[in-house]
Amino acid sequence: MGTVSEARGGPKLLDREGFLAVAMLMPAVLYIVFLVGIPFVMAVLFSFSDVSVGSPTIDRFTLETFNDVINDPVFRRSLQNSFVFTLFAQGLVLILATVLAILLNRNFRGKWIVRLLILLPWATPIAIGAINWLWLLDSVYSPLTWILREVGLIGAGALLGPRNVIWLGQETLAMASIIAIHVWRMLPLSTVIILAGLSSIPQDIQDAVQVDGASFLRGWFQVTLPLIRPILMVAMLFGIIFSFTDMTVVHVLTRGNPNNTTQVLASWAFYTGIEGGSLAKGAATAIFLMPVLLGVAILMLRVARRTEVR
Amino acid sequence: MAVVEIRQLYKAFGEVNAVNDVNLTIQEGEFLVLLGPSGSGKTSLLRMIAGLEKPTGGEIRIGGVVVNELPPRARKIAMVFQSYALYPHMTVYNNIAFPLRSVGMDRINIQTRVERAAKMFNIYHLLQRKPRQLSGGERQRVALARAVVREPDVFLLDEPLSNLDAKLRALARDELKQFQRQIGVTTVYVTHDQVEAMGMGDRVVVMNYGRVQQIGTPQALYRAPANTFVATFLGSPPMNLVEQDNCIIGFHPEHFLPKGIDQHMQSPITIPFEVTRVEYLGSERFLYGYVQGVGERTRVVSNIPSLVQLAIEAGRTYDFVADLHDLSYFDKMSGDRIAPVRLQIAQAAGV
Ligand SMILES: Nc1ncnc2c1ncn2[C@@H]1O[C@H](COP(=O)(O)OP(=O)(O)O)[C@@H](O)[C@H]1O
Ligand SMILES: [Mg+2]
Repeated sequence: MGTVSEARGGPKLLDREGFLAVAMLMPAVLYIVFLVGIPFVMAVLFSFSDVSVGSPTIDRFTLETFNDVINDPVFRRSLQNSFVFTLFAQGLVLILATVLAILLNRNFRGKWIVRLLILLPWATPIAIGAINWLWLLDSVYSPLTWILREVGLIGAGALLGPRNVIWLGQETLAMASIIAIHVWRMLPLSTVIILAGLSSIPQDIQDAVQVDGASFLRGWFQVTLPLIRPILMVAMLFGIIFSFTDMTVVHVLTRGNPNNTTQVLASWAFYTGIEGGSLAKGAATAIFLMPVLLGVAILMLRVARRTEVR
Repeated sequence: MAVVEIRQLYKAFGEVNAVNDVNLTIQEGEFLVLLGPSGSGKTSLLRMIAGLEKPTGGEIRIGGVVVNELPPRARKIAMVFQSYALYPHMTVYNNIAFPLRSVGMDRINIQTRVERAAKMFNIYHLLQRKPRQLSGGERQRVALARAVVREPDVFLLDEPLSNLDAKLRALARDELKQFQRQIGVTTVYVTHDQVEAMGMGDRVVVMNYGRVQQIGTPQALYRAPANTFVATFLGSPPMNLVEQDNCIIGFHPEHFLPKGIDQHMQSPITIPFEVTRVEYLGSERFLYGYVQGVGERTRVVSNIPSLVQLAIEAGRTYDFVADLHDLSYFDKMSGDRIAPVRLQIAQAAGV
C-alpha cells in the first residue's frame, strides 16, 4: 500500500483530498460571506432599526419601519407588480424559449444565423438595449408610432385614435413594455438552456419515438418534456430569481413612473433606501424578496438532488 | 409481413458514400443479415428502410409500395436499436404500450397485447420497473417486446446483441431466431459479428465501404466467397490466402489437414507446412505456420478437430493436404473470384 507515492517521496499536498476540497471551496465561501452574507445580515439589522443616510448608527431596534413600509401604498403596488412581472415574464419566456429551442433544434439552411440573431440580445449590455427600447417606445419619436400611423391605425378616425401612443405614460402599457423588454432579454439564455436539454436527448430515443409512430404532440409531451423537465425546472427557477430581484429594466425605462405604478420591490427598495436615504425602509422593503427567493432556492436544491440520485 | 425491395440505393453524407448502389430484395418472412465491418454502411441502410434517413438516390419498396417519402410511422416497421432506446422515465409496461397508444388503440386491447408480448419474452414480472432497474438482457427483451407488440410488417434490428456478454449473447441469438420463425416476420438484422450472421441469417449480405460484396446463404458465402474481402471477413480464423503468379488461392483452415486423415478428399494435393505454434482450444487445435510450396512463403493457419490425435510439434515441417475442390481462386488485382487455375506446387522444396 502506498508504494507508488512513497517511491516519489510521499504524497503531495495537492494529492490530499481534504486540502484540495478546502482550497477549491475557499474562494466561493469567501465570496459568499463578504459579498452576500454580511450585506444580508446588515440588511436584516437595518430593517429592524432606525438608520438613515443622515444617522448611519443603529440607536435602537424597532418594528416601526416594517409598519411604515407595509402601510405604504407604493410598497403594496410594488409587491403586486413584482409578482405580476415575474409570473408574466417567466411564463412568456418559458413558452417562447421552448418553441424557439424546438425550431432551432431542427436542421434547416441558415440555422447558425438565426441562432446568432437570437443570442444577440444576450450579448448586448442591458442598459444599451433598454435605451434602444426607450427610443422605440418614445411618445414623440417612436418608430412604432410612425409605423402605426403609416398603416393607418393612428390618425383621425382610426382604430387607436388620432394621437400618438404614449407607451410609457399609461400604467398597463408601461408595465407591458417592461415585461416585454425583460422577456426579450431573458429569452436567449432560456432558449440556450432548453436547447442544451433537447440535444442531450439521445438520437436513438428521438428515432424510437418516430418509429413507434408517435405524433409530434405525443412525442413532445410524453417523451421530450419529461426528459428535459429537470433542465426546464432549473431554467425556470433561475429565471424566477433573476426576474424577481431585477430592477434594471424598470430603472432605465420608467423609473417606476407613471406615478410609481410600475415600481417593483427591487426598484422601490433602491429608490427609498439609496436614493431616498431611508436605509431602514429600503432594507425592510428588500426583506420581502426573501420568502420567494428562499422557496425557489429550496426547490432548486431538490431538483439538483433528484437529478443526482438518478 | 412484406417483401422489401431496394433499388440502386445511395446515401451520401457530404463526401462519404455511406451506402453505394445497393440492390436487394428481402423475401417475405426471410431473416436477412447485413454483415460488414464498422462504417460499412449497415446502419445507414437500415435507417433508410426505417425512414429515419432520406436516401440520396434510389428507391425502397415495402410490400410493393414505394416508401421513400413516407415517415417511419406509415411504413409498418419496427426497429430495435443498439442502445435499445427505451424511454428511461417510463415503466416497462408503458414502454411497450407506447407504440400502441400512438396508433390510438383502446386500453383493454393495449393491456392484452402488452401482457402477451411480455409473457412471450419472459418479462411479465418486470412490467412495473423502470429501464434503469433492469439488466442488459432484460432491457434487450423489453426492446424486442416494444418492437413486436404492434405486429409490424418488417422488423429491423441494429446490432441488438452487441451490448450483451458472450454467454448471454449466444442464448439471446437462439431465442431471437426461434421467435422470428414463430411469428414469421420479414427481418433485417445488422451485425458486424460473422458468427451471428452465419448462425442466424437465412441469407447474409456482406457489405464493405457502402457496397454489397456478396449476397447468399451462409453456406454459399462460406464455400464460394465472391472476393478476398468476403473470404477474409468470414470464419475464425478466416480463409488462408496464398499468392501464386497473378492469382490468389484460398483455402479454409479446417480444410487444410495433416496427410493421412484425408480419406474423404476427392483430389488431395500435398503441401508442406512449417508449423511454428500450436494452440489447443479443447474442441480443436489451431496450427500456425508457413507454407512455401505454393508461391511465396506465406503465413497460414490450420484447424484440426480434436478427434485427430496426431502428434504435431512446433518447429517442424509436415506434409499437409487440401482438397482441390475446396480451393477458391481470386484475381490478384481486383480480388474477385475467378475460375480455377492450374496449380504448381513445389514438393518439399526447401526443407
Ligand atoms: N449522420 C451522419 N453524418 C455523417 N456521416 C455519417 C452519418 N452516419 C453515418 N455516417 C458515415 O457513413 C458511414 C457508414 O456509417 P454506418 O452506416 O453507421 O456504418 P455501420 O453501421 O456499418 O458501422 C461511416 O463512414 C460514417 O462515418
Ligand atoms: Mg452501425
